[in-house]
Amino acid sequence: MSADPGATGPTLGRDEVAHLARLARLAVTEDELDLFARQLDSIIEWVAKVGEIAAADVPPTSHAVPLQNVFRPDELRPGLTQEQALAGAPASQDGRFRVPRILGEEQ
Amino acid sequence: MSAPVYDLVDFDEVVEKFDPALGLEVHVELSTKTKMFCGCPTTFGAEPNTQVCPTCLGLPGSLPVVNKAAVEAAIRIGLALNCSIAPWCRFARKNYFYPDMPKNFQTSQYDEPIAFDGYLDVVLDDGETFRVGIERAHMEEDTGKSVHIGGADGRIHGAEYSLLDYNRAGVPLIEIVTKPILGTRERAPEIARAYVTALRDLIKALGVSDVRMDQGSLRCDVNLSLAPRGSGELGTRTETKNVNSLRSVERAVRHEMCRQAGVLLAGGEVVQETRHFLEDTASTRPGRRKETSEDYRYFPEPDLVPIAPSEEWIEELRATLPELPWARRARLQKEWQLSDEELRDLVNAGALDLIEATVAAGAPADDARAWWVAYLTQQANAREIPLDELPITPAQVARVIELVKSGELTNKLAREAVNGVLAGEGDVDEVVAKRGLAVVSDEGELVAAVEAALAAQPDVVEKIRGGKVQAAGAIVGAVMKATGGKADAKRVRELILERCS
Repeated sequence: MSADPGATGPTLGRDEVAHLARLARLAVTEDELDLFARQLDSIIEWVAKVGEIAAADVPPTSHAVPLQNVFRPDELRPGLTQEQALAGAPASQDGRFRVPRILGEEQ
Repeated sequence: MSAPVYDLVDFDEVVEKFDPALGLEVHVELSTKTKMFCGCPTTFGAEPNTQVCPTCLGLPGSLPVVNKAAVEAAIRIGLALNCSIAPWCRFARKNYFYPDMPKNFQTSQYDEPIAFDGYLDVVLDDGETFRVGIERAHMEEDTGKSVHIGGADGRIHGAEYSLLDYNRAGVPLIEIVTKPILGTRERAPEIARAYVTALRDLIKALGVSDVRMDQGSLRCDVNLSLAPRGSGELGTRTETKNVNSLRSVERAVRHEMCRQAGVLLAGGEVVQETRHFLEDTASTRPGRRKETSEDYRYFPEPDLVPIAPSEEWIEELRATLPELPWARRARLQKEWQLSDEELRDLVNAGALDLIEATVAAGAPADDARAWWVAYLTQQANAREIPLDELPITPAQVARVIELVKSGELTNKLAREAVNGVLAGEGDVDEVVAKRGLAVVSDEGELVAAVEAALAAQPDVVEKIRGGKVQAAGAIVGAVMKATGGKADAKRVRELILERCS
């Protein structure tokens, strides 16, 4: 794919989309790689427009609510029982969540 | 994939040819009552998945709220490490898929740690001080615990499936990262160990964690690289995990130095990776290749608002910092007039706090020390528990010492009184009363016992009269036996000699 003439900002390649898909554990087909690269590229481009307006004196916003220092006292609150905790688990054993073999740890 | 095998290089040769660069990451589990972002308990050893709630299980719709006590602990640790405290900082999501994190991200801090740029002065065995720079101390949460089933010795390799317990997920952690520690040469293993020891003692003194390496409430990752001697460069580093004792810290550094030198001298390249420390062989084996920090796609945690500690709050917390452990040790050494060796024995026995508390309860330092390092240490060893878990308080020990001083108990009776307290028979005075331990102070009873013993052994009486005063020992023994050990031996001796003169 070729970027629009005059477009600024990064151009996302197939390799990067494949890498992102792997990190997100998404199975993406060859065709989708091209599709998503194009779509993600245009999203990035769109978001980058914010940078054209915001000057250096405008700090990036991470929270829309102007609050800070919201704390909780260190006091116990009732949680779930083991049975409740495991109720939604696809599999459990000995009071624990049972998960498939963890792959990729030592490849 | 099978990696080439390299020989280990002799440690002296490593030091001759390379400069080690160390970096230590220490995770401290805070002993707050509740988790970092929810009100679940944090106690160790509970039944699996009984200390969980929707927040720490990452269930949809749950929202985290920061534990104020954990933030205070983080700031106090930062201050004790001579760090600057961030006037404003945020949490960040560290995204990765691994079943020990049910949310699929760990709530951590990224480029805005709550404490940064400090140092810890570490006193080495020879009394020299080495300054370790602190890069940062940040807040995050612990992961769950996995058990791997079906593989060899519970390891992940070859396992058929894994079982997860999320009781630990969300327990507050402080990660303390050093700056690169350079110029350590042959002392790198020793300095690594001394740093972790000092950090452990400091955090224990702060009272924010029980810092038990054996229970995982203090964990250490060792980063190490080698560069050609004098080159001033930094080589490729490895990160060794699973280093679970102070001794292992030292051994892990030593092993990685010898291993990496073997790779480099054979013309190989050190792979940047996570390695696992193997306790039984003091060696390391490769784990996963490191992901790059971009791969974690950190971004500010949208569910938690920023933390902006005020100057007043920071100063309030600074005022709560305790006397530094090494300053305290130096003070007590002077007050109690101990040699370096005696002091080290007390520290190693974990007796310092106990003795200080016993002294505070009114006992002379010498007696307090003698009780804790001798008889009570033996009792703790026999029970295979740490000294401070013996079921006797410093105040009780002080009372026993007081009774010995006043002559109401002999040393032998005092030990019996202590045994009674240890056996759960009650307070010192109760045990003395119940077991009938008080010294026989009734002079008439004592005289009767002495005279009976003398009458029973006329030959000994002859010897004493003939000038062999040491023979009196046999009579003293007989009197002690007759009184069940409750006589004051000194007074008995006096009575014997009076009657044989």
